[in-house]
Amino acid sequence: MRLINQFSFLSKITRSHLIARRYFIVNGFDGALAMLGLLMGFHVSNQTDLTTVINVCLGAAVALGMSGITSAYISEAAEKQQELKNLEEAMLSNLSQTAHGRAARIMPLVVAATNGLTPFIIAIIIMLPLIIAHWIPGLVENPLEIATLLAFLLIFLLGVFLGRISGHLWLWSGIKTLLVALITTLIIYLLRPL
Amino acid sequence: MVRVKHLILDVLKPHQPNGLAFASALAERCSNCHIKYTVVEVDEKTESIILSIAGENIRFEIIEEAINTMGASIHSIDEVEVIGSDPVA
Repeated sequence: MRLINQFSFLSKITRSHLIARRYFIVNGFDGALAMLGLLMGFHVSNQTDLTTVINVCLGAAVALGMSGITSAYISEAAEKQQELKNLEEAMLSNLSQTAHGRAARIMPLVVAATNGLTPFIIAIIIMLPLIIAHWIPGLVENPLEIATLLAFLLIFLLGVFLGRISGHLWLWSGIKTLLVALITTLIIYLLRPL
Repeated sequence: MVRVKHLILDVLKPHQPNGLAFASALAERCSNCHIKYTVVEVDEKTESIILSIAGENIRFEIIEEAINTMGASIHSIDEVEVIGSDPVA
């Protein structure tokens, strides 16, 4: 409990919870849309070899996760160090041993983990029907289609979450993100002859 | 033993943690203390505050450590009220 309170305190003084929330949505959306793109690619090319589909999707999920972790850590660590330096100049004191110093060291790790793990976990959730169908053959009919529907559902839910944060109508926000997913699908279909 | 009953401190602190979190964190470290937090000046990144702390036996070193941990620093001790112990017969 004390650790949670400390973490919450550090998060509040740096406002990192807002940054992490933004990254959660942005990279979660990236992850879901990237998976949708891959699944549609397999669908239009009539590629149904589950092992290939799972390996390609897993490779993309790991790459999205690693990219999210490293890019967010590098940028957030630099940003937080700069903020700390500015605050030290204003306070005329070294703040490295204070809550601000600790937050500048810890919060970039938390934000990076959020940024990297969100697309990875979302990708794994989308891949679940494929994985189940691979492990237990015959249990899931049309795993590619179910995974695609799952991707649409997660994209809709991210939109709903966005709507709740912004205070707008959640349904409209969900429909907007769903429209983006549908347009993406349409473009993939239109580019099929290429 | 001399007991500190009341302190008024002039403190410079960053805007975060805000007044409520700052005063609450101090109150957690100083049980049964009455803490009053008053902002006297606000700059771009910092604010000057007056902390009035009243209690039965205030441990200044604990208060100072809690203030420093939150990135703030004590500029001056403006008022002190102490009570002396009964003389040993």
